Amino acid sequence: MRKRQTPSQTVGPYFAYGLTPEQYGYDYKQLVGNDLSAGDVVGERITIRGQVFDGNGDTVRDAVLELWQADSEGRYVHPEDERGSNTGFAGFGRVGTGTSAEHFYEFQTIKPGATGDNQAPHITVILFMRGLLNHVYTRIYFSDEANDADPVLALVDPTRRKTLIAQRTDGPDGVVYHFDIHMQGDLESVFFDV
Amino acid sequence: MTDQGDYTPRDWGSHPPNLSPAYKSTTLRAPGKPLVVLPQSLSERTGPVYGQNYVGPLDNDLTKNAAKTGEPNGERIIVAGQVADEAGRPIPHILLEVWQPNAAGRYQHADDQHDAPLDPNFLGAGRCVTDGDGRYRFITIKPGAYPWPNHYNAWRPNHIHFSLFGPSILTRLVTQMYFPGDPLLELDPIFNGVPEASRQLLVSKLSMELSEPEWALGYEFNIVLRGRTATPMEDGA
Ligand SMILES: [Fe+2]
Repeated sequence: MRKRQTPSQTVGPYFAYGLTPEQYGYDYKQLVGNDLSAGDVVGERITIRGQVFDGNGDTVRDAVLELWQADSEGRYVHPEDERGSNTGFAGFGRVGTGTSAEHFYEFQTIKPGATGDNQAPHITVILFMRGLLNHVYTRIYFSDEANDADPVLALVDPTRRKTLIAQRTDGPDGVVYHFDIHMQGDLESVFFDV
Repeated sequence: MTDQGDYTPRDWGSHPPNLSPAYKSTTLRAPGKPLVVLPQSLSERTGPVYGQNYVGPLDNDLTKNAAKTGEPNGERIIVAGQVADEAGRPIPHILLEVWQPNAAGRYQHADDQHDAPLDPNFLGAGRCVTDGDGRYRFITIKPGAYPWPNHYNAWRPNHIHFSLFGPSILTRLVTQMYFPGDPLLELDPIFNGVPEASRQLLVSKLSMELSEPEWALGYEFNIVLRGRTATPMEDGA
């Protein structure tokens, strides 16, 4: 007999010392932070930055975001990707929105390569927050990539595709992609059932 | 590698609906539009692998991992269980992260202003990894109930927050473990947002087998994550 999945519950407002302790200044070693590109990782250094907005358009100060992405050659550091990754990259990061004045999140990472299955380069985002009973999955695509033939974007209403595309700027801080997440409203981000 | 097929879908009959109006914060934070169905690709069938090398020697003992001058206050307990998929196959070598308030119901968190004492010997965060049979175990202090602003005189039942990875990003789970016989459970909108048939899956069981005489009571909390649609082949198949 199949068992029922253990139900999800909200991450709540007090996740920081458990999930992101060093970022928030707690005296406990964190599993992982927002810098995926530290060390000898091969690839183009980029910053991804943005805010999370609730249904009133207010910034969410107690969200936590996780990134999962391929390396600069489009390979995942995981046994299921038999190609193997040799770029020194782990591919996972985590950050909370509670430590910057305007509740920005920020990741330092490298730009992922195309995964070789006709999908444009992309990053998966897993989002948790107080008031969200099940984590949501969304994707970051890149404004300077050829996204038109991407089979996942093709599943999305054309008017909503822009919510999945991070906008590139080249400035004094290097390459920055801006990516906001809206939980509700006209600009609501596309969230996936996967 | 043998193709083990897709991961089973999230069982929306077991998880709480995102919009659960009795839990007021959901009204502005639950997605308003339907989710877009996404076929699973390598991007979803993979995920971060965190094993025993990411866990420190005291990480699974919350009564010791932040102790400064002695033991934390409260009732020492053991929490243990097995992580498996829906077909009952154990999920070995995966990371669990836990966090909770102290015995007085106070989180060691800057945002928690509840008028209850902090405990200098208790942080309330820990980690452990499942063994080859999917089993995990940690030692902690029974968490206290605490008030929250959802409605007048609202109190959360005793609970421990859990975060699990599993073998892919699709098995990711963040949940809360509750305690048997807690009279606050029937009043809690977060717990009661879960469909009734699945609610008891979040309530741990007192276990005299896990308990250690003269030392600590044990609570068993088993966890079921999404599995694969195909049965894995034996070696060499
Ligand atoms: Fe809590």
